[in-house]
Amino acid sequence: MSLSQFFSMGGYAVFVWPAYAITLTVLVGNVLAARASHRRALEEARRRLGMGELAR
Amino acid sequence: MWTWLHKFASPPHFYRLAGQLAPWFGWTAFILIVGALYGGLVLAPPDYQQGDAFRIIYVHAPSAWMSLFIYVVMAASAAIGLIWRIKLAHAVAASCAPIGASFTFAALATGALWGQPMWGTWWVWDARLTSELILLFLYLGYIALRSSIDDLQRADRASAVLAIVGVVNVPIIHYSVVWWNTLHQPATVTKMAAPSISTSMLIPLLVMILGFTLCFVALLLVRVRGEVLRRERSAGWIREVMA
Repeated sequence: MSLSQFFSMGGYAVFVWPAYAITLTVLVGNVLAARASHRRALEEARRRLGMGELAR
Repeated sequence: MWTWLHKFASPPHFYRLAGQLAPWFGWTAFILIVGALYGGLVLAPPDYQQGDAFRIIYVHAPSAWMSLFIYVVMAASAAIGLIWRIKLAHAVAASCAPIGASFTFAALATGALWGQPMWGTWWVWDARLTSELILLFLYLGYIALRSSIDDLQRADRASAVLAIVGVVNVPIIHYSVVWWNTLHQPATVTKMAAPSISTSMLIPLLVMILGFTLCFVALLLVRVRGEVLRRERSAGWIREVMA
């Protein structure tokens, strides 16, 4: 199977690749969002509990 | 057992343990998903009816599985939090919602991209699609309800009730293709005796579902760490973990 054959997905490329792109975006977005949420909670906790700037 | 459970659910212990476990689940999930992508896109043969369009199953079915599985986890932990007043359970429920909503969106979007070439339409108001859309609204309603209540304890309790009531939708989604005549195809994998899919097509799908599930565990652990911090009122152990 050639590379161009692979990317054409038997004529269904316009449906298959966006489906994979959306799902990949959701996966990566979830990883970034989860880490950001944890980081935000750390900063909020520090402010609330009066601990000053977090040493990085 | 109870002392173990108590220790496990104590915020500092959970915070540390979750921090240690999350990368293991995350990287295992990553390897499984990459492997399943290769299996699904390259190794599996095209379907005899649907050609290469069937490959959408490798992102659609795992997303749909996640949308249901995460809702059940969310409703179960909400119930545990409500009944036994365990803060950690509420933290788990609250963390499930954004993850579940995003995968419900992925299931609907990839489903539309599969529906157009196979059924000739992006969307139909049939039982499976409609009940899955209601699931998305349940997640969004849960998130909106939480963010509309400032007091965290009250938000936990009110949203828990919504999550528990909404769980009736889960069996409706699962059995919708059996109970109603739908355009959506019936179950492919869960027919234990004879799955109507060949092995080289099935294995990447199962690996992908496992990969997504482990990914969810990793995401959940990271988010629950944040939620635990939000619920903590005393500085003692937080000072320690931040040091």
